[in-house]
Amino acid sequence: MASIDDIVQDYGIVLRAFLLTIELFLVAGLASLVLGVLLAAARVGPIPVLAKAGTVYVAIFRNTPLLVVFIFVFIAMPRLGVNYPFFAKGCIALTVYTAAFVCEAFRSGINSVSLGQAEASRAVGLTFGQSMQHVVLPQALRAVVPPLASVMIALVKNTSIAAAFGLAEATSRMRFFTNNNADDRMLIFLTFAIGYVIIVELVSLGSHGLERRWRVAR
Amino acid sequence: MNLNRTRIAVVSVAAALALTACGSAGDDDEGGGADVDVKEDAAAEFDDGTAMKEFAEAGAITIGVKFDQPGIGFKGATDDAPTGMDVEMAKILAGSLGIEPDGIEWKETISDNREPFLEGGEVDLVVASYSITDERRAVVGQAGPYYVTGQQLLVKTGSDIQTVEDIEGKEVCSVTGSTSLENVEAKGATARGFDTYSECRDQVLDGTVEAMSTDGSILLGYAAENPDEVEVVGEPFSEERYGIGYSLESPEMCEWINETVQKSYDDGTWADAFEATLGKSGVETPEPPAPDACPAA
Repeated sequence: MASIDDIVQDYGIVLRAFLLTIELFLVAGLASLVLGVLLAAARVGPIPVLAKAGTVYVAIFRNTPLLVVFIFVFIAMPRLGVNYPFFAKGCIALTVYTAAFVCEAFRSGINSVSLGQAEASRAVGLTFGQSMQHVVLPQALRAVVPPLASVMIALVKNTSIAAAFGLAEATSRMRFFTNNNADDRMLIFLTFAIGYVIIVELVSLGSHGLERRWRVAR
Repeated sequence: MNLNRTRIAVVSVAAALALTACGSAGDDDEGGGADVDVKEDAAAEFDDGTAMKEFAEAGAITIGVKFDQPGIGFKGATDDAPTGMDVEMAKILAGSLGIEPDGIEWKETISDNREPFLEGGEVDLVVASYSITDERRAVVGQAGPYYVTGQQLLVKTGSDIQTVEDIEGKEVCSVTGSTSLENVEAKGATARGFDTYSECRDQVLDGTVEAMSTDGSILLGYAAENPDEVEVVGEPFSEERYGIGYSLESPEMCEWINETVQKSYDDGTWADAFEATLGKSGVETPEPPAPDACPAA
């Protein structure tokens, strides 16, 4: 009975669960940013093999349901002899999936920088890498903040799939509470929903801050 | 050309999916079960306005069972109907209403949706390894128990883990959100929750986790499927009393369920049901538990 007492009593459990959700989000978020930027660079870059590889990667991982990616990493890969600790597997599944979306967000940002800028920077003798680093990416970054925030918000919520794969994050704990306290489901759902809303709000506040800071007259 | 290539790709992917779907099915050969008496003209026995009368007159009832617990409630992808101890109990109950096993509509219930299904009227009864607890009895009715089991461990044959004390510091899996998971956590193990028991069993088989823990009856079913690779170890460290769930809107069902369960003890159909299902793993047929008194109407 009285699950709200349980939640208050087991405050630590709820906090730890959300901490794991946040850890998954941060590690997978950072890793997918790195992988996504590399993929975007490959897709817009001058090397055809890399561009093709980037396109294939995005086609595969953006079009596969995240649950299937999780099943592959957690159920299929261990049978093929590839096995990592649970937290690492969760991060891998979330990263390879999210990186495809990050890549596309960055590619759209890069495409929003007019081609003349890239041509001009090549004309003054910058290499592809230099023109990306000093001319194109800084401008692309501004255009990329809003779509990237959407991708990251989706990632926060996507971490909940890990509940069915051995990671005791927030959704998994919520199911533990609802199963034990069948008489107070609404309250439990609400408590956990609010937790997610808080995390997502923090992400979107951060993105608003970045948008404001990086705004320049163009 | 391009379109053609896409088409070939689509077809081959579809074929691959179809093949995988086939591959996972059909590795179960139990089936059958004990014969169940179907009462004739049962509707006349029940008072007007009771849920039992409605079911008996309609000749149909919807019953929620597990589909992923061999020996308890299991249905392979190619099977027409589920099999197991819970399924046999459901048939006994339906039989007392004059409903043939064919007249039962089986619905899969998982641990999370048993109460919502009963409250929303999606199922009329839940017989799904449904442990009786006070919290559950606050929102749904639970008659019985008709079977008592306890939490044990399933490990690879020859594992270091032989008693529940050995799981400290090890990774142990069960179903996400289950009480079993909470109990192993309390024993110092790292709890790993999965959606279904079979996924959890696979984790034990491929060595990702060291043990699976849930009710001994469920583990026995899995051990019977893979006797060379896994075994059930340790004394039970909890008591689970399986009850039959019904909606609180029809409290009259409790007496009927308890009487039918008691009758199946007396006439031996309960023992037949046990031997045809869980008994196959080699355990002796236990003494059936006495049903709890029904709450005062």
